[in-house]
Amino acid sequence: MASISLTVNGDIKLVDVIPETPLLWVLRDTLRMTGTKFGCGRGLCGACTVHIDGEAAHSCITPVEYAEGKKITTIEGLARDPQNPLIRAWLLEEVSQCGYCQPGQIMTAAALIAKRTKPTDADINSAMSGNLCRCGTYTRIRRAIQRAATWELRR
Amino acid sequence: MGVTEMKTDANTTRRGFIKVVSVAGAGLVLGFHLPANEKKFNSEYGDGNFTPNAWLKIAPDGSVSVTVARTELGQGVRTALPMILAEELEADWSRVGIEPAVADPKYGEMTTGGSTSVRVSWMPLRKAGAVAREMLIASAALTWGALRESCRAENGSVIHIPSGRSLSYGSLAEKAAKQPVPSDVPLKDLKNFKIVGQSLPRLDSRDKIQGSAVYGLDFRLPGMLTAAVSRSPVFGGTVKSYDDKKARSLPGVRNVLQIQRGIAVIADSTWAAFQARDALSVIWEEGKASGLGSAGIRAIFDERITGEGAEVRREGDPLGALEKAAGKVEAEYELPFLAHAQMEPMNCLADVRKDSAEIWVPTQSPQWVQGAVAEVAGLSPEKVIVHTTLAGGGFGRRLMVDYAIEAAQISKAAGAPVKVVWNREDDMRHDYYRPASLHRLKAGYDGTGKLTSWVHRIAAPSISAQLFPDAKPENPPYAVDGAANIQYNVPNILVSYSMSNTPVPVGWWRSVYNSQNAFVNESFIDEVAAAAKVDPFDFRRKHLPEDSRLRKVLELAASEAGWGKPTGGGRGRGIACHSSFDSFVCHVAEVSVSGKILRVHRVVSAVDCGIVVNPAILRAQIEGAVALGLTAALKGEVNIENGSAAIGNFDDYPLLIMEEMPEVEVHIIKSNEEPTGIGEPGLPPIAPAVTNALFSLTGVRIRKLPIRLTG
Repeated sequence: MASISLTVNGDIKLVDVIPETPLLWVLRDTLRMTGTKFGCGRGLCGACTVHIDGEAAHSCITPVEYAEGKKITTIEGLARDPQNPLIRAWLLEEVSQCGYCQPGQIMTAAALIAKRTKPTDADINSAMSGNLCRCGTYTRIRRAIQRAATWELRR
Repeated sequence: MGVTEMKTDANTTRRGFIKVVSVAGAGLVLGFHLPANEKKFNSEYGDGNFTPNAWLKIAPDGSVSVTVARTELGQGVRTALPMILAEELEADWSRVGIEPAVADPKYGEMTTGGSTSVRVSWMPLRKAGAVAREMLIASAALTWGALRESCRAENGSVIHIPSGRSLSYGSLAEKAAKQPVPSDVPLKDLKNFKIVGQSLPRLDSRDKIQGSAVYGLDFRLPGMLTAAVSRSPVFGGTVKSYDDKKARSLPGVRNVLQIQRGIAVIADSTWAAFQARDALSVIWEEGKASGLGSAGIRAIFDERITGEGAEVRREGDPLGALEKAAGKVEAEYELPFLAHAQMEPMNCLADVRKDSAEIWVPTQSPQWVQGAVAEVAGLSPEKVIVHTTLAGGGFGRRLMVDYAIEAAQISKAAGAPVKVVWNREDDMRHDYYRPASLHRLKAGYDGTGKLTSWVHRIAAPSISAQLFPDAKPENPPYAVDGAANIQYNVPNILVSYSMSNTPVPVGWWRSVYNSQNAFVNESFIDEVAAAAKVDPFDFRRKHLPEDSRLRKVLELAASEAGWGKPTGGGRGRGIACHSSFDSFVCHVAEVSVSGKILRVHRVVSAVDCGIVVNPAILRAQIEGAVALGLTAALKGEVNIENGSAAIGNFDDYPLLIMEEMPEVEVHIIKSNEEPTGIGEPGLPPIAPAVTNALFSLTGVRIRKLPIRLTG
């Protein structure tokens, strides 16, 4: 066990965990932030996506010690802004079915539109290829990302 | 029969169908009953002795909540069911919410499967809403000293028409609860519907996308421990011996114990439980599935299908007609086992105490969980409370109760609340798979291109024989769903089923046996059309009765897709239609091929599921069914090696990704028929629409899924 200091959504959190524990389980079990989902445990599905220093990362394969001293953003942090264009676009496009993969989808999309202000379909397909959805919401996700990118430009 | 014509029967509520169950200060609370299926509906309300399994509450603050025993799996029941009630209630939709029910045997069947939720709840929900509306109107009329006829309900208020005065439902709720429950209430005419038929946003969308929705895996109890289980990789295997020394030495580990299915590690956190589970060394008694592989399963099917099989349908002289046919086609089709691969892995939190038990679980069948846990805990079912949580997908997997049994056994042994968490590999390797199947078909046609004979022999495992070995086999067997009731006119027909059971666990998977049988029917009818040199759309149309609802969706999808016009862009077009769960769906798929890669660009769908409660949810369900069915067509395959599922994670059981998802265009048949299922019916015809399109483009006929192009 080791004491590790994390910056999650701007808040400093001290956790006492095994340093190799994946960030996902520290968020979920230790910090009780369950918006970040467990899907595969191997970085294959994207349900656990968070931002580490602004980059989309699979928290299920990121040892917590790696995230020490870096800025971690989770879906809870992103959703603090009720006017967040991605949240609004996801609602407008009625993206969610079971909804389980959607926090991860939104986090990946947020990292994309932060870099590409006018993403093409190809940009979106490529950025989102690691985020699986079993309910088949993909075309709605793509539309929501395009919509959110447009709104973000106007903000 | 259309709803508007049902004057004498369904437009009135029977005495005793609805009860006031309010306590003082609670407003108006009505208890009513949702039947398990349509047939039971009329017999259940005969004598007024019923127990409510659904509730409508109108609180003094004007909020309306509906409590129903159906699991939200992403199919939208938590929105669609309240919409039906709110319509008749003339409620203000912005004040309507839903609460989940707790499992109890007295509430009747609560299983969410078979695309039944809207089908069976339609009339009871409408009646409950109408009864509440009439009681609110009566209490307003009483308040004003006015005639009931001078009042009407609108948007959460009762309005006195002559004076324009109004009273809100909230202010009337207490008084309404003291009104007699009317036995005859008028139901609204379809043309006056304001809520049903609207694409209203889902009630739970915001929570889901903000990460605040609580799925089974997210739920915690104070003092809760987490467990992971090592299970036999070989189906049906048992523990021979195990060494837990290393596992026990790891940090956070509380206990290691043997349960029926394997060895459970109990720890302080999920990660600690996973790590310690992997550190176990277990030697398995492999049992009778040992050594079994996909080839062995195929051999079982081959052996069984050449026998007689049970003739489920025989009309005319199918074999004689084949002899006399102007043209004949024969083919063999084969489909693999499939995993559910819902995004949220199995999990269950159990708190089994000496005198009672409480369970939090994402399940489609809370009462089966209740019964199974009661047995493990040695309690009577009413001592077991089952809380159904939000579920991260289900597709039929959560009808099973294996994960709840494990959790109950571990909690009982540990004497603490324990959440069992499966990782993805556990989930993939210990699924109840969509059955594999083998099909042999023969068809004959005459000189005018008319089908004269159709013979379809099916070999597949029986889900019910494996799950309920002591029960009498159902007749007709579920394995012929969508095969025996093929909708095409053919004078001579034979459909037989050879039950071919294997040690591989099998279960219900979205659309169940329709998923295999529609692929086979709709591919083979395409083969016959090609042999008879008739356009596949014309061939289908010609063999469907003129008033057939399937023919209507076939025609609509074909016309919207531009059937008969050139596709352009090197694309091929294919069509397939199928009826399941009393609904009718046709897909036209456009595909292209480059090397070994098949791309599906566009799917045009036509759907008839009766009255549509929420068109946006319907469209989403069709998109979802297309995605799941397309994944199966392009990728889905669970091979069996040494009695085990030879898959582990999404790298060897890949799902469709974004760039592979086609545009799906959904066209809805306008209908006054009562609503039918929509969760499953979009799935069966997608695979054959795609393979038929591939055939039209390349001449390659796919008779085995998943599609493997040789390039």
